[in-house]
Amino acid sequence: MKRNDIIKIAGISGYVLFLIVSLLLGFGPGEKIAHNSASFSAEMLKLLPGAFILIGLFEVWVKRETIERHFGEESGARGYLWAILLSGTTLGGLYVGFPVAYSLYSKGAKLSVIFTYIGAVAICRVPMTIFEASFLGVKFTAIRLLVSIPLVIVTSMLLGDYLTRRNYRIIAGK
Amino acid sequence: MYLYIVAGLALFVSLIFSREKTLRAVKIAARRFMMILPAFLTMIILVSIILFLIPDKVISNYLGADNKFTGVAIASFFGSITLLPGFIAFPLAGILLDKGVAYMVLAAFTTTLMMVGILTAPVEKAYFGIRVTVIRNVMSLFIALVVTVVIGLAFGEIF
Repeated sequence: MKRNDIIKIAGISGYVLFLIVSLLLGFGPGEKIAHNSASFSAEMLKLLPGAFILIGLFEVWVKRETIERHFGEESGARGYLWAILLSGTTLGGLYVGFPVAYSLYSKGAKLSVIFTYIGAVAICRVPMTIFEASFLGVKFTAIRLLVSIPLVIVTSMLLGDYLTRRNYRIIAGK
Repeated sequence: MYLYIVAGLALFVSLIFSREKTLRAVKIAARRFMMILPAFLTMIILVSIILFLIPDKVISNYLGADNKFTGVAIASFFGSITLLPGFIAFPLAGILLDKGVAYMVLAAFTTTLMMVGILTAPVEKAYFGIRVTVIRNVMSLFIALVVTVVIGLAFGEIF
């Protein structure tokens, strides 16, 4: 673990150093990468602090029983429905979905439901779906959703069952 | 921007009910964020390099391949290894559609772009481990291919 951290820190410092030198010397590719980095970081700064504040509030205020009832073992089909509705309101994409899914899981949501949530975050975010339909047509978007949502649910159930059989536990930060 | 408004309002309401709990929420938020920050940094580095190596111009050149099936294969590849925000990806898909690129190629591209995340893998791995990350991404690729085939059939591009 320790050695990995050192490699990571060295890698990140090397990258930053490369960008700084490139900017100073006007090295084209380095400048381009620096620009990509800045614009993607800005994109994430628009989302992550807000998302993590909401996650913090969720952890403090929402009772475990509530999540267990709606997203847990006894939730049945409702759990999947909630997961998909919740995903529709998630902004950003997978990288915002992962921490939210982890929070849901740590409050008692079942595995197949959180994987459904993650899959749905990828494909059913409302703003993105509207945007897609306006460029590729309603028919295209409708078919994509009708085909992918059931498959996301089925594959999430399979993955959930498989992991439950193997006594899988999520331990974040590893 | 509305995420900040929502988060700000939620914090405010929380503060009215309990100062103590709100403080704890902020601490949890900060701790969770710091814990995952290295994974996010790794993702930013990967994204900045990949977008340099494969700019959208290159993608649009390749997706217009003459053969639809080659096009689907290339589109799935690019969709899986890149990460484009929707406001770039869909207008790009719209332009390609006007150029005559098949719907199924665009379906393969946009669906893998949304669901298969090689670049988000560092973050996914940090939360769920390498095994889940690999399985989920492989299943997502499979789903994207099914979507592509159905789109191809629905738009009369396969038969």
